[in-house]
Amino acid sequence: MATQHSRSAARVMMAPAVVLLLGWMLVPLIMTLYFSFKQYLPLRGGDLGWVGLDNYVRFVTSSAFWPSVVTTLAIVGGVLLITVVFGVLLAVLLNQPMWGQGIVRILVIAPFFVMPTVSALVWKNMFMDPVNGLFAHLWKFFGAAPVEWLSQASMTSITMIVSWQWLPFATLILLTAIQSLDSEQLEAAEMDGAPPLSRFAYITLPHLGRAITVVILIQTIFLLSIFAEIFVTTQGSFGTRTLTYLIYQRVLESQNVGLGSAGGVYAIILANIVAIFLMRIVGKNLDA
Amino acid sequence: MARAVTKNRKIINTAAAWAVGLLIFFPILWTVLTSFKTEATAIADPPVFLAFDWTLENYSVVMERSDYMRFLWNSVIIAGGSTILGIIIAVPAAWSMAFVPSKRTKDILLWMLSTKMLPAVGVLYPIYLMFIELGLLDTQFGLVIVLMLINLPIIVWMLYTYFKEIPGEILEAARMDGASLREEVLYILTPMAIPGIASTLLLNVILAWNEAFWTLNLTAAQAAPLTAFIASYSSPEGLFYAKLSAASTMAIAPILVLGWFSQKQLVSGLTFGAVK
Repeated sequence: MATQHSRSAARVMMAPAVVLLLGWMLVPLIMTLYFSFKQYLPLRGGDLGWVGLDNYVRFVTSSAFWPSVVTTLAIVGGVLLITVVFGVLLAVLLNQPMWGQGIVRILVIAPFFVMPTVSALVWKNMFMDPVNGLFAHLWKFFGAAPVEWLSQASMTSITMIVSWQWLPFATLILLTAIQSLDSEQLEAAEMDGAPPLSRFAYITLPHLGRAITVVILIQTIFLLSIFAEIFVTTQGSFGTRTLTYLIYQRVLESQNVGLGSAGGVYAIILANIVAIFLMRIVGKNLDA
Repeated sequence: MARAVTKNRKIINTAAAWAVGLLIFFPILWTVLTSFKTEATAIADPPVFLAFDWTLENYSVVMERSDYMRFLWNSVIIAGGSTILGIIIAVPAAWSMAFVPSKRTKDILLWMLSTKMLPAVGVLYPIYLMFIELGLLDTQFGLVIVLMLINLPIIVWMLYTYFKEIPGEILEAARMDGASLREEVLYILTPMAIPGIASTLLLNVILAWNEAFWTLNLTAAQAAPLTAFIASYSSPEGLFYAKLSAASTMAIAPILVLGWFSQKQLVSGLTFGAVK
């Protein structure tokens, strides 16, 4: 049905989007690669010539590198664990018959719409502040000494804030997936005498497999680059400097563009490894 | 065959779900409540929940003191502008991919998605440098462009998914009945596409409104949107809980409302159709 004419028209219609995205991808990427092979200090002499792979070596051998990798993995891993486990439990709970399901759903989803700077600041000041925060009041009420959350338990605090933001996303997607489960299957299993826990383990959980994978992959991509939550709480101190934050500091704070760019290339490679898996799943779905 | 549920079970479910729901929602509720307190009540020990003298003072102080309207206006322009521009560019692309698919359509879609995976910090300096060179630093226009490019893959994907669901037979039927191409587009395709375009618009306004990497790094005083305005409370001013709460409430209220409308589209939009 598609004629030669409509094909060329289709190409013209696609051109703006394709050209723009191609430019958006290639131009900065090539510039980052270019800078990464240079000694480039905008405020201290500017372009000081080619240095080969020096920046790449220096970035990974600096004392800040491995701690930042560990921090990144701990935050991503912690948030994934919390959001997936509680997301599954919440999805199962919200899928039960109850009164006011719609309203509960809204309450649960709400944090996802709060801008990152707001949620980070609200948690930092109104909950985690060691003097006036609600947690401090709660601790005192039970006779415990208030915790200085963002310095003494900085990683727990950041993980908690970020999990609060992403739990709604996981719940919503898992709930959507759970609703597509054929309830007759569960009923048949129930009639055959399968207890609730094995019904969950052998029917519900396998059904959610794909949705869980999608949640993990998409969240990983977003979590690898969380920024505002750290920017407004600890500024990367107390062991909360992630890879993203380290690169940000190298580039904009210490203005060592060459070094930061090499870090950026590492971050791009890391994100792409995750992306490949996500694209496979999405691509399969496209064929169906 | 509907399953009979005992009333007790339903009561337990309801209680458990409401308890969890309110717990998750509590930080937002607490922020809204605090925004109506005086600064003294806001840090009262023990904390006061509802029995305080409600005041609107914080809202008027925030609006007067910090030029709130300019930040709000920047957010509106940046979120709205980037979304509308993105849709104008994405509609023809998604349209042609949905109605005139070729062998390469799938590859193009996946490639577009892959540009979304590029970590922002990896290209921070090049963009920063280009912004300085082009005089775009701290301008609304610069941010509109960047946020449009960031969200363009999602916009194309969402529109493609919606357009794909418009059955081609309807177009053929219209053609048989003698509709011209202009009539076909105007009376048949457009009305069917509007719901899809509307939900794409909604979700992307939300994403752009809350974006907090580029908006924090590419703005200073002139073009800073609400994300940056709130971030400025992270130092000494953060101690004024009631005012922080009022500012936060104003920054998130419009998006919470929009968000509740877009729950359904959120899932297929953010998972690129992998979960529906």
